[in-house]
Amino acid sequence: MSALKQYIDLYTQHRDAIHSRSPQLLNDLRDKALAALNGKRLPRKGEEGFEKTSINEMFAPDYGVNINRMNIPVNVAASFRCDVPNMSTWMSFIVNDKFYASSTARINMPEGVIVDSLENVAANQPHIIEAYLGKIAPLDNASVALNSLLVQDGIVVYVPRGVKLEKPLQLVNIFSSPIDLMVVRRMLIIVEDNAQAQLLVCDHTQDNEHRYLASQVVEIFMGENAQFDLYDIEESSAMTSRYSQLFARQQAGSNLLVNGMSLIAGTTRNDYDIEIDGDNCDTTLAGMAIGSGKQHVDNSSNVKHRSSHCRSNQLFKYVLDDESTGAFEGSILVAPGATYTEAYQNNRNLLASTSSRMHTKPQLIIYNDEVKCSHGATTGQLDQQALFYMRARGISEKEARLMLMQAFMADVIDTVRMEGLRDRLRHLVEKRFYGQQMLCADCGISCHDSKPE
Amino acid sequence: MKDILLEVKNLHANINGKEILKGINLTIRPGEVHAIMGPNGSGKSTLSSVLAGNPTFTVTEGEVDFHGVDLLSLSPEDRSHEGLFLSFQYPVEIPGVSMVNFMRAAINEKRKYFDQPALSASEFLKLMRQKREVVELDNKLASRSVNEGFSGGEKKRNEIFQMAMLEPRLSILDETDSGLDIDALRVVAGGVNKLKTADNATIVITHYQRLLDYIKPDFVHVLYKGRIVRTGGPELALELEEKGYDWIKQEIDNQ
Repeated sequence: MSALKQYIDLYTQHRDAIHSRSPQLLNDLRDKALAALNGKRLPRKGEEGFEKTSINEMFAPDYGVNINRMNIPVNVAASFRCDVPNMSTWMSFIVNDKFYASSTARINMPEGVIVDSLENVAANQPHIIEAYLGKIAPLDNASVALNSLLVQDGIVVYVPRGVKLEKPLQLVNIFSSPIDLMVVRRMLIIVEDNAQAQLLVCDHTQDNEHRYLASQVVEIFMGENAQFDLYDIEESSAMTSRYSQLFARQQAGSNLLVNGMSLIAGTTRNDYDIEIDGDNCDTTLAGMAIGSGKQHVDNSSNVKHRSSHCRSNQLFKYVLDDESTGAFEGSILVAPGATYTEAYQNNRNLLASTSSRMHTKPQLIIYNDEVKCSHGATTGQLDQQALFYMRARGISEKEARLMLMQAFMADVIDTVRMEGLRDRLRHLVEKRFYGQQMLCADCGISCHDSKPE
Repeated sequence: MKDILLEVKNLHANINGKEILKGINLTIRPGEVHAIMGPNGSGKSTLSSVLAGNPTFTVTEGEVDFHGVDLLSLSPEDRSHEGLFLSFQYPVEIPGVSMVNFMRAAINEKRKYFDQPALSASEFLKLMRQKREVVELDNKLASRSVNEGFSGGEKKRNEIFQMAMLEPRLSILDETDSGLDIDALRVVAGGVNKLKTADNATIVITHYQRLLDYIKPDFVHVLYKGRIVRTGGPELALELEEKGYDWIKQEIDNQ
């Protein structure tokens, strides 16, 4: 049986139960998704765009799906202690399949801003869902359609015209369940004209005993001159898999920064699909992956320049140790009308062991002459000269290697536009390389004493 | 006769199977400055690399005693801890590693080697400040990534700054004068002289007499085809400056 069929069967068998617990707008989407899935299958390893990662295999195990949306008993507060302050955020959680706002998320939020669960917004502000949900994530993509078919909850961020959020938003996704679990979640982000926001997302898994799978679809709509940063830190477990598909559309003058950091996970695949649909946009797409054990990280980017005078910059870096594997497939498309485009793509990888593997495929498709574009990919080992230089100063080989690996990630961290987060990330990356177990308490990104209400 | 600091006996080394050092003998005592000169390709930089423990080279024969320690059996980092310092001909740029972190790791690993506690942040910064003055190293450089974007002169000053921080017993300056203008040369040489004591020693590897005007050698050795073929006092350097290496080459090649 194909992986997809088991979910379609699950849906058709439990359609009534699913629909009865879900707002009408989401159910309408499910019906469309079911129709779209007819004759489709999930991508398999080796197919174009999926050369090293099988989505079919990722979804094949029989994960539990919380069809009846029962409360899964979780003691989040007990195990979720982030005690290093320094950053103050408006914070929310998605625990397994359910969204919770923390008490901090409601204080001093500017008028008209919505940060709430997909379920609530679909029920209470349906015009937002009608206008945006599923508008740029195409249902003819089988994985998007599967997410739409089974979507459980997620976050909606709506920042109205001209509103600039002074504090970053934060979303903590937590897996914690007594059984293996698949979660189907969604992020819908609308930053209207001249509005500004930053969102920090942290994925955590609270145990190393159960297998988890996250299906995630992110849609980002940016109005004219809007600015939005998305920082997505994955720090889950070797038993956790994730397929995240991000779609963004930028209007004129907007400035988008997406930085995805895969620190700990089992198998991760991130798709970035960015449509630049207005003049004078800026796009920064950055990512890092630190692999150890049998971890697998695959990033795939597609930045489409459809307007003039826009700049995009992609920077993806991997450090792979042990038997970990990485893949990067990135493309830049410059459409015929997108004159004076500046688009760059850079993928650099360090193999820290002899059995780690990296697969990289940079692509550039240009349909006009008035452009400045470049792409590059390198895969290699640590700089032996630098290593000897450091050892000659008395730094042990092990320490020197760790320092060089950390240093390798410095420019990915430098893209971050939140100063406090840069410091935290350096700390996190250092800890990650030193192999220390990462507990929430060590992460210290900002969570304070926030907890779901 | 004072104690011997470094004793090199019949040292042979090769790279990729090609023999570069063909039996080096060298004895250095505390307080001495030795200059090693010689034509291009004679093995000067190889000698410094081999002494510092660069894994690119393989020692095939010979031994090196460093104040009673079998130097060749030590890792590069332990050679550093034991007091050997190599000032690189081409200091390596290490983007993303700050000078402060780099130096702190170096100092504290050395302290750990001798069972001393790590320096506190304030002690360390104070030490950095003091030692920076030896070579007039700009504070801005000290806060940047190691050698990244440094000019040639700044890189060499940075080498001597690191030497000041680590207080080695034997320093090998590998063509420290290359790429330096006359002012930078004076500062760098001045730094080396300030660090000189009766207990430490220096090996100066250079092509030119010029540097030896500033750092006065007690002995001058000529390295040619992987061997020290002549040893003399400072006057040998002057003679080489005047006559070049050809006369020595001819003498050796005709033997």
